[in-house]
Amino acid sequence: MTGLQDRLTPEQVEEFGREMDELRRRVVADLGADDVEYIQNVIKTQRGLEVTGRALMYAGFFPPAWLAGVGALSLAKILDNMEIGHNVMHGQYDWTRDPALSSQRFEWDNVAPAENWRHSHNYIHHTYTNIVDKDRDVGYGILRIDPAQQWHPYYLGNPVYATLLAIFFQWGVMLHDLEVDRVVKGERKWSEFGEERRRIGRKMGRQIGKDYVLFPLLTGPLAPLTFAGNAAANLARNLWAFGIIFCGHFPADVESFSEEETEQETRGQWYLRQILGSANITGGPLFHILSGNLSHQIEHHLFPDIPARRYPQIAGEVRAICEKYGLPYHTGPLHKQLWSVAKKIVKFALPGSGDREPEPVTVERDRTPAAA
Amino acid sequence: MAMRTAVRRAATRPGSLPASLASLAEKLLTPHGVDRYLELVDPMLVRREIRGEVVALRRPTRDSVTLTVRPSRAWRGFAAGQFVRVTVDIDGVRRTRCYSPAGSAHRDGELEFTVKAHEGGLVSRQLHEHGHVGMVLGLSPADGTFALPEPRPDSIVLIAGGSGITPVLSMLRTLVDERYPGEVSLLYYARTPADVPYAEELDALAARRGVRIHVRHTASDGRFTAEHLRRVAPWFARATTFLCGPPPLMEAVRALYADAGISERLHTEEFVPPVLTVGAAETGGRIRFARSGVDVVSDGRPLLEQAEDAGLSPEHGCRMGICFSCTQRKVSGVVRTASGEESAEDDEEIQLCVTAAVGDVEIDC
Repeated sequence: MTGLQDRLTPEQVEEFGREMDELRRRVVADLGADDVEYIQNVIKTQRGLEVTGRALMYAGFFPPAWLAGVGALSLAKILDNMEIGHNVMHGQYDWTRDPALSSQRFEWDNVAPAENWRHSHNYIHHTYTNIVDKDRDVGYGILRIDPAQQWHPYYLGNPVYATLLAIFFQWGVMLHDLEVDRVVKGERKWSEFGEERRRIGRKMGRQIGKDYVLFPLLTGPLAPLTFAGNAAANLARNLWAFGIIFCGHFPADVESFSEEETEQETRGQWYLRQILGSANITGGPLFHILSGNLSHQIEHHLFPDIPARRYPQIAGEVRAICEKYGLPYHTGPLHKQLWSVAKKIVKFALPGSGDREPEPVTVERDRTPAAA
Repeated sequence: MAMRTAVRRAATRPGSLPASLASLAEKLLTPHGVDRYLELVDPMLVRREIRGEVVALRRPTRDSVTLTVRPSRAWRGFAAGQFVRVTVDIDGVRRTRCYSPAGSAHRDGELEFTVKAHEGGLVSRQLHEHGHVGMVLGLSPADGTFALPEPRPDSIVLIAGGSGITPVLSMLRTLVDERYPGEVSLLYYARTPADVPYAEELDALAARRGVRIHVRHTASDGRFTAEHLRRVAPWFARATTFLCGPPPLMEAVRALYADAGISERLHTEEFVPPVLTVGAAETGGRIRFARSGVDVVSDGRPLLEQAEDAGLSPEHGCRMGICFSCTQRKVSGVVRTASGEESAEDDEEIQLCVTAAVGDVEIDC
């Protein structure tokens, strides 16, 4: 990881960027009916699991049926948010011109309204990936996850905040889009978010309405069991999404960046930052689908608008290009990445934890503006 | 038609039991909505979207196909002459074109589309080569101002060429169904007898009282002349005329009506994309699609085509300036429309499909 400066010249960075562009061009030219069939099958599976889960709640008095119902509903919510929602809202299927697969129209089974999320995720996070103070996904505004974030006694609660965030992740995402942390700090005014708040109000009403009022009521005397089952499914999705997402950018060897070093970035440098700032998770095909293919976080960050089923197909090539240029390609099994993130959350709860290491990332470039 | 529509609407009157159930189902199936579940059972079950299932299909001429389409429950009928945006899936991509139903507006339980396969035409060729009974098409509500007015004019002239027959045939069949008391004449141009898609039907219609039909074959009879028109409708100057056909026919008829000082009696519908003419000296401007962050150098073609070639996929429909699906905001710059008008106004809405850049242009798209 170190010594990049010695190994990669600006010309090499641009050459590397061209190889990435070329890879992208090839995949885009090949998009077609197979990609649509794939996502339609995922959607069919998701809807089927959802209907099954809701139906099993009518047999909720029988514990195995209740458990199976929670399982089916959890899987439905996970598929809806990860492989379908996250990816469709990235515009991965906009080329199909199918309104049901349109990034601008899709809405997911999550309290965070799609439109708010698209702004904070597609624009802020994907443009400013791992730039401390700009990418609001670094610690989600409430955790200290990077040495460049200054310590404050508040961060002693890091592990508690992380646990709460994992449990209430969909609410965390919703508040994150509202930049609540910055409102609390007085950096932004509550009144600036009128439109976002109205959207949240509507979306919350619908989501709470179906999961915690209508479906429970429809099961009559079983209402409390249905209520609990729906809550359990939301919890399962929250924990899973939190785990996958935190493993994407926060394992120990993933790098973060400062605003200065990323000013006036070229396309090659942008690609480079995406690779250095992301980590993959190894696993089987089913695991990849359930993670929304965010287990291929590196490929996703390079090409966020290419259908996710393509990531595993191009991963070998991306890795080979990284090796050719001596770039790291962070990857590991889920338990290892989770452990690494957990250690980091505890470590950065305490002061110190080392200053920011000297930039290992940026290649030979004119640093004079940054020095100012 | 009016009665049938009234009955259909009553089935989903607000407050009625079906309406309450539908509303509950929408609340339960939020955020995706009922249609996204129903379509997985059967694509024709959708309640809000309009779709059509092909129930019969024939190929009346070498290069055309006639589809009989049964629309889903959200269909609300059409006025004779209007068009419908028809969507098909081609290699994973939804493609939309405008087609005018050719049938009578009084028989809207089934729609009839006759489509001529154009060389290089994506949708027309897909329908001609791969159309089959059971195929499901996406449909829009009927649209367009090229339609028989209410009340009906006292006498009507219909002039059509090639596949421009469909909207005027719909008008003729509608009038016949209504037992229209006035005179109606159809002047139709096709290249050869083998290119006439509704030959038998036209013969049968011509036998009706008050209906006159002349079919001209341009390969032997030549193109439109005033004489052709006078032969079939000597009273054309006091009639209302509906014209749909290829550009040379449109121009010739327009010129005749302009000379006679009766242009306001002529209603037209283009069905071939108008040719955009931007001088060679005016190409080379920079087109900036601001929201997508894409820049291209203008080659004089319509902005929609250049956007698509640059990898963007703006919403669009007819690709010929009719349906306004592709309307986007032009932030700045000069554009020229197919009719030759130039506009330099900032922040104006333009139709990407029939507009080309003259110099540098920025579009909010």
